[in-house]
Amino acid sequence: MTDAVTFRGVSRHFGDVRAVDRVDLAIRDGEFFAMLGPSGSGKTTCLRLIAGFEQPTAGEIEIFGTSARGVPPYLRNVNTVFQNYALFPHMNVRDNVAFGLRVRGMGRRERHAAAEEALALVELSGFGARRAGELSGGQRQRVALARALINRPRVVLLDEPLGALDLKLREQMQEELRALQARLGLTFVLVTHDQDEALSLADRVAVFAEGRIRQLGTPAQIYRRPASRFVADFVGSSNVIPAEVAGIGAPGQWASLRPEDIRLDPAGQAARVTGRFFHGRVTKLTLELRGQRLSALIPAQQAAPEAGAEVRIAWSPEHLHLLEAEA
Amino acid sequence: MSTEAPAIFAPRPGLLPRLADRLLRRPRMFVFLMVLPITLWLGIVYVGALIALLIQSFFSIDEFSGMVVREFTLKTYGELLRPANLDILLRTVVMAGAVTLAAAVMAFPIAYFAARYARGIWKALFYVGVMLPLWSSYLVKVYAWKLVLAKEGILNWIFAKLHLTWALDAFLGLPVIGGNSLSVSYAGTFLVFLYIWLPYMIMPLQAALVRVPPGLIEAAADLGAHPGQSFRMIILPLALPGMVAGSIFTFSLTLGDYIVPQIIGNSRLFLGQAVYLQHGTAGNIPLAAAFTVVPIVVMGLYLWGARRMGAFDAL
Repeated sequence: MTDAVTFRGVSRHFGDVRAVDRVDLAIRDGEFFAMLGPSGSGKTTCLRLIAGFEQPTAGEIEIFGTSARGVPPYLRNVNTVFQNYALFPHMNVRDNVAFGLRVRGMGRRERHAAAEEALALVELSGFGARRAGELSGGQRQRVALARALINRPRVVLLDEPLGALDLKLREQMQEELRALQARLGLTFVLVTHDQDEALSLADRVAVFAEGRIRQLGTPAQIYRRPASRFVADFVGSSNVIPAEVAGIGAPGQWASLRPEDIRLDPAGQAARVTGRFFHGRVTKLTLELRGQRLSALIPAQQAAPEAGAEVRIAWSPEHLHLLEAEA
Repeated sequence: MSTEAPAIFAPRPGLLPRLADRLLRRPRMFVFLMVLPITLWLGIVYVGALIALLIQSFFSIDEFSGMVVREFTLKTYGELLRPANLDILLRTVVMAGAVTLAAAVMAFPIAYFAARYARGIWKALFYVGVMLPLWSSYLVKVYAWKLVLAKEGILNWIFAKLHLTWALDAFLGLPVIGGNSLSVSYAGTFLVFLYIWLPYMIMPLQAALVRVPPGLIEAAADLGAHPGQSFRMIILPLALPGMVAGSIFTFSLTLGDYIVPQIIGNSRLFLGQAVYLQHGTAGNIPLAAAFTVVPIVVMGLYLWGARRMGAFDAL
């Protein structure tokens, strides 16, 4: 089967800045792929390269086996849900959604019917006559999604689509996005800096830093077996501790330990609580163990010690993951 | 803990600070005082003058004594419809329309460049370049154009050097817009109007284009719109309010101007000249007033039409 999007040694430099630096990547047809990374890591530039807003400085991008070199955005069967939605302010919702069909020369009646259908898909039936400005953030998000889906693109690009929504709405939209992708069977490429979002939505995740992919794998692989200190730290705020403290590996090596894998245990090592933060389901403790700062998540059912208290902590060796040396 | 700072500071001393602090707590009073002078100015001086003008246009002139007859009549408006006067109106409206259209077409690429691409020094150069002509006297510019366009002028000289005099002659040979030389033709009048009012089209257009988010153009391309479609369906509609604002300037300024056609052009009258003549030489103030009402009505119709066509929908 042909991959949906292939990057071969793709770089995009802006002057001296290497926004994307020799990236190799294959996004499979029909998968939900996430590009995860901090701001400035090159993930959005990768998305813009796929959309055609940028051309690579070096390397080759193929979309379903066809070279995308020099192909302008309007000749790519790829549609984008923009970060700030980019809805056309002078059109109502129906005309926004139907825009992709209008520029392809479809008649008014047909495209309006198609727009209604697409709006129904995102549960916005009957909103066609409204102005974009009259909608809430979540509704605009859905309009942008319907507009991107109406052309039946081969690849749907989502640029931080849920960034502007509040937590509750974001969780709801995440579920809907996942369900929609499964139903339509389209290739979705999601760019996000929110590791929860990437891990919960995607089939596979690429972790970006400084223009390069640091790790590519399933969410479980990324979370359980981070390839480097950067990935361990960025995804799930893992504790990265020296091998001596962790009790495995050789000196000079580092291991990652998830905060939720640290438990209070009278038989464990002595540590001092430096801070306590109540999070509802869990309590986060910041600890100091032999000069090493750690964070631990204690289930809410357990009584959490106060800041300044001396506690004993322990972890099972199988939860430790030895990191490879930093490239 | 007697050294603690107070939670609320003492009122500021002095009459003016006190007054200001008090005023800011009464927003309605504050706004009222702010708009009072301009309301008086607009309400009494401006609207008052306009009403006086309107009233004048409904009076007539006694043809024997030359005195204004202060009785309500539509006779003066009837005079506007005489062929000679109707010609003046038509000539002026067509000229204003042509100048406005040409200004919009010429201003668009300049404004688009300034809004989209110009940064730093180029942006500064743009503003200076557009505004600089406005800093010098209008009369000087018009006379300068006279020198450019005259038969012995710079333009003729350039055409001669390029061995293109035949092209210029062919152009001047065209009916209506041509003439003896550019400085005594409608084409010349048109060129000078275009030059003089162009900044008034560029500035609002640039302001409108700056506000079009580049993301919208990307979104249009992403959805399959080729550049022509993006321009027609996204950029143009969003720039239209700016274009209409600019056209209000170019259109109404051309409608009312009486100096440019007097210096450059043939001796046929434009509306502004007619007002000037009726008011001054002929002493027919009612007819001058009736002439003046025409641009107001035309502009009103124009704006009403623009609104009906959705020119302000993107505001």
